[in-house]
Amino acid sequence: MTMVMAVPAGTSIWRIIIGSAIVLVILAILPRLVDPYQTVLLTYGLIMAIAALGFNLLLGYTGLLSFGHSAYFGAGAYLVAFIMRDFGAHSMELCIVGGMLGTLIIAAIFGFVCVRHTRIFFGILTLALSQVLWSLAFKFFWVTGGTDGIRVPYANLTLLGGLVDFKGAGSFQRFIYAYYYYVLALFAVSTIIIWVIAHSPFGKALQAIRDNETRARFVGISVRRYRWIAFMISGTFTGLAGILWVPLNGLTTPDILYWPFSGEIVFMTVLGGFRSFTGPIVGAMAFNYLKTYAIASTEYWQLLLGVVLVILVMALPVGIVGTTTRLAAKLGRSTK
Amino acid sequence: MTLLETVNLKKYFGDTRAVDDVNLTIAEGEFISMVGPNGAGKTSLCNVISAQLNPDSGKIIFKGRDVTHSSVIERVQAGIARSFQLVNLFDDLTAFDNVALVIFSRDRKIRNMAALADRDREVAIEADTILDQFGLASKRNEPARGLAQGERKLLDVALAYALRPKLLFLDEPTSGVSTREKDKIMDIIASVVRGEGITAAIIEHDMDVVFKYSSRIVVMHQGAILAQGTPDAIRSNDDVAMILLGSSGPDAFSRKE
Repeated sequence: MTMVMAVPAGTSIWRIIIGSAIVLVILAILPRLVDPYQTVLLTYGLIMAIAALGFNLLLGYTGLLSFGHSAYFGAGAYLVAFIMRDFGAHSMELCIVGGMLGTLIIAAIFGFVCVRHTRIFFGILTLALSQVLWSLAFKFFWVTGGTDGIRVPYANLTLLGGLVDFKGAGSFQRFIYAYYYYVLALFAVSTIIIWVIAHSPFGKALQAIRDNETRARFVGISVRRYRWIAFMISGTFTGLAGILWVPLNGLTTPDILYWPFSGEIVFMTVLGGFRSFTGPIVGAMAFNYLKTYAIASTEYWQLLLGVVLVILVMALPVGIVGTTTRLAAKLGRSTK
Repeated sequence: MTLLETVNLKKYFGDTRAVDDVNLTIAEGEFISMVGPNGAGKTSLCNVISAQLNPDSGKIIFKGRDVTHSSVIERVQAGIARSFQLVNLFDDLTAFDNVALVIFSRDRKIRNMAALADRDREVAIEADTILDQFGLASKRNEPARGLAQGERKLLDVALAYALRPKLLFLDEPTSGVSTREKDKIMDIIASVVRGEGITAAIIEHDMDVVFKYSSRIVVMHQGAILAQGTPDAIRSNDDVAMILLGSSGPDAFSRKE
């Protein structure tokens, strides 16, 4: 009897793989159906999805609300700018490796300080530390360009170890499409990695710490160390998002280190639903479109966006994915 | 053979002597009960031995090693496990995941990030066996939050048991459940503990339960050990009856009914 019960995951894992494959195929053919502008928007959405997925490893799985994830996104972006400007590098892969290593180090240092606390104290510490980075970018203008930021032109970039470059006529079109698939591939890889971590024994330990810190200690889990490791992974993936964002944006400014940007990451995650794995992905995509269309439609876009978001959160308290899952469960029950 | 020994153990909270010069010895294979009125220091003693609280002075010796200053995790790894009076579970995880998590931790597999937890057959089989032993097999896939009080109590004990400890402290495993459920819970605990040869120390108020299951009873009062002995010796001890029941004389314990 117990033997049969030991492997319930068999069918559901295939369902997840098939479902993800379908979504991936749709995302892969979308640029052929929509105009280049939509492709760019989609690229931004996928990048923010990576940031939110990383962030949610802390919020949804470890139960720690960071208000300073702009630090890692911004660190990634600035590191790419430094690597390209000061080292004359062109390879995106080099930027990714260098940027992720740098973000990891920053997350390790900041995390070491922050995980000594929980709840609001944790949140305030993450916020304060992120603002240290912001003020550095803001004040040290001879290094960071101050409010002007640093330009990161796509034309200086090569993908896949120099196989793909963007010189000559029509290069912007080529960049948009090539970069979309580049980001899509990294999004897929990041999603798989974070999904495996979330469902690994380590991921279960994070959830245990989230649910009951005391009991976690009494079953032998070193709570602080696990929180620290989660913090580093989370920061590094949000850093990857910043790395991928900067060539597309063409410029990095202190705005992405400033605290409202941390708020956006929190918001898109909550909007999608932080208690489900896919919530941050859906939330990031939805937020990205909402913000873009709000900016396009009115000068007072913050007001419009704010109102829409408040209504959405009140109508969908468990997020878009959470609400959809509940509705589906209800429908499933009523048809049976 | 002596498993645990406390030497002049003290823990004061201001003027309150929660644990006052306690010299307790627990031998391997014993099933002892700690009884005493509220505030007698039973839970404090359990907290000090499990490292939730640091003692003010004294020593704790476990398997011949001084563990007075070791951390909770070190004591868990040495083989001291405990359950909680107020149920302490991982509420959003399923009953199965609660138990599986403990097994991963015990087997030092918990650091693994590169494998799916559900895919570990060995752990899954052991977790299901434990759920079965505790009568929770049918609740396997339910979040701990949704279980009934009696089931939550059992799962709390199951988590401590899944560590396969040498010494298992159970802090009021039957508090807050109906009398009928009490017997069921205690029967399960007794059969599991005896079957594995685990040494158990249980804090309990219900004297019927205490007399029925214990090999030795330790009576605490105002932070100190007032008396200890076999159930028969305690049953006929007038001082103990006075403290616990407020009356004494022959058959004080059975008269209560």
